[in-house]
Amino acid sequence: MPTPTSLKYSKTHEWVKVEGTNASVGITGHAQEALGDITFVELPKVGADVKKDNACCVIESVKAASDINAPLSGKVSEVNESLETAPESVNSDPYGAGWIFKLSNVNSSDAAGLMDAKAYDAFLESDQ
Amino acid sequence: MKKTILYDSHIALGARMAPFGGYCMPIQYSGIIAEHKATRGAATIFDTCHMGEFRITGRNAVSDLETIVSCPVATVKIGQCRYGFICNENGGVIDDQILYRMAENEFFMVVNAATEERDFEWIHRHLSAATKIENLSAQTAKLDLQGPASAKIMQKLFADRIDGMKYYSWMKNYYKNSEVLTSRTGYTGEIGFEIYCPNELGKTFWDDCLNLGALPAGLGARDTLRLEMGYPLYGHELDENTNAAESGFTRAIATGKKFIGSTAVLDPARKGRLLVGIQLEGRRSARHGDTVLDKNGVAVGTITSGSFSPSLSCAIAFGYVALPASAIGNHVVVRTDRQELAGSTVEVPFYKKATGRMELKAFL
Repeated sequence: MPTPTSLKYSKTHEWVKVEGTNASVGITGHAQEALGDITFVELPKVGADVKKDNACCVIESVKAASDINAPLSGKVSEVNESLETAPESVNSDPYGAGWIFKLSNVNSSDAAGLMDAKAYDAFLESDQ
Repeated sequence: MKKTILYDSHIALGARMAPFGGYCMPIQYSGIIAEHKATRGAATIFDTCHMGEFRITGRNAVSDLETIVSCPVATVKIGQCRYGFICNENGGVIDDQILYRMAENEFFMVVNAATEERDFEWIHRHLSAATKIENLSAQTAKLDLQGPASAKIMQKLFADRIDGMKYYSWMKNYYKNSEVLTSRTGYTGEIGFEIYCPNELGKTFWDDCLNLGALPAGLGARDTLRLEMGYPLYGHELDENTNAAESGFTRAIATGKKFIGSTAVLDPARKGRLLVGIQLEGRRSARHGDTVLDKNGVAVGTITSGSFSPSLSCAIAFGYVALPASAIGNHVVVRTDRQELAGSTVEVPFYKKATGRMELKAFL
């Protein structure tokens, strides 16, 4: 699965799409593959304040549970409710239908610290 | 770490590997859920070469084995297989095993990989002088071909008709003109077979099964399949410190004979807990080690295995629960490290549509 060039990436394998002071967040192709078949996503609460690099929700696969970190600070404005009945979209379409939550009030200076696609791919290479 | 003869095949198929029982084994290929569903609806093949196999022979083989395994031995007919426990003097479980009666005084025993050496040593120590045990594990490949479509694949690969194979029976059959041991047994609950053959033949058999449409399946799916069936996994539901009677698998425990550990196993006073099935209300899993609370929030037990059930689309688990709290239909709460999950105690199997015991003819 190629890494989309229009997105930004965290070291803990979340992707972010920043649009002004709003952002969409999900996990990367690498992350969903490492997790295996995803069976449950605990979505964050709409209205909750999240802090950059802090765990804000949980994703479960057949074998394990894993924290998802907020790649930016902000306020949860929307969550992908379709994941409640079809968490497998995170596996099949992690950058599209498998988006997890949206943030408002994001700080653009936080985004500056994230990796672009090329840097994320290099990061994956070095990690292996 | 040890490798089976199929290691290169697993790597070539892109399997995710992990250590298990001292071997580097495939956990999944296409995905645990896909492999699980293919087993229930079609056919899958598992590399189980890591498991151990012994041959036990001699004029005292029956009487010796009667003292070593919890199930009755003399009544196992030639051609039949039987599941039982190898217990220690305290009634704890050294291993679970399946015994195949090959002849009047000849048995084939199949054991778990992690405990193979310990089992061999224990059995050897408790045999009388006239009984011999040989460890055949290193030269025996074992494959599990499972699923409703597995019977047709078996019949394509083996020369003799398999129609007559009863559940938990074995027969020798001819694959590429070689005599191979096959049994109608398995750990998935579906129509399925276990195949034992020399190592090199095992590789060819694996390839032939894939070419005939069996999907390769790994230990991840093996675990979700067996849990749905309510089968125990050694090291989780069974171990040396847990009284075999508490497992609830009374079919495997003979009440009319003395065997090593029988006093402890058959003493009701030693049975303080019972293994129960727990169905969780949602999709979030309970995991090994989580605490089970009753509806009043009192701790009554511990989870031994837990997973998402692909067939039921909810989480299921096994746990040992104090006897007074072990009735079916009790509301329980499982406390995991992240949250508390509501559930209830249920009868196993969790999955009730398994084909394993059905008439084989319908699948040929």
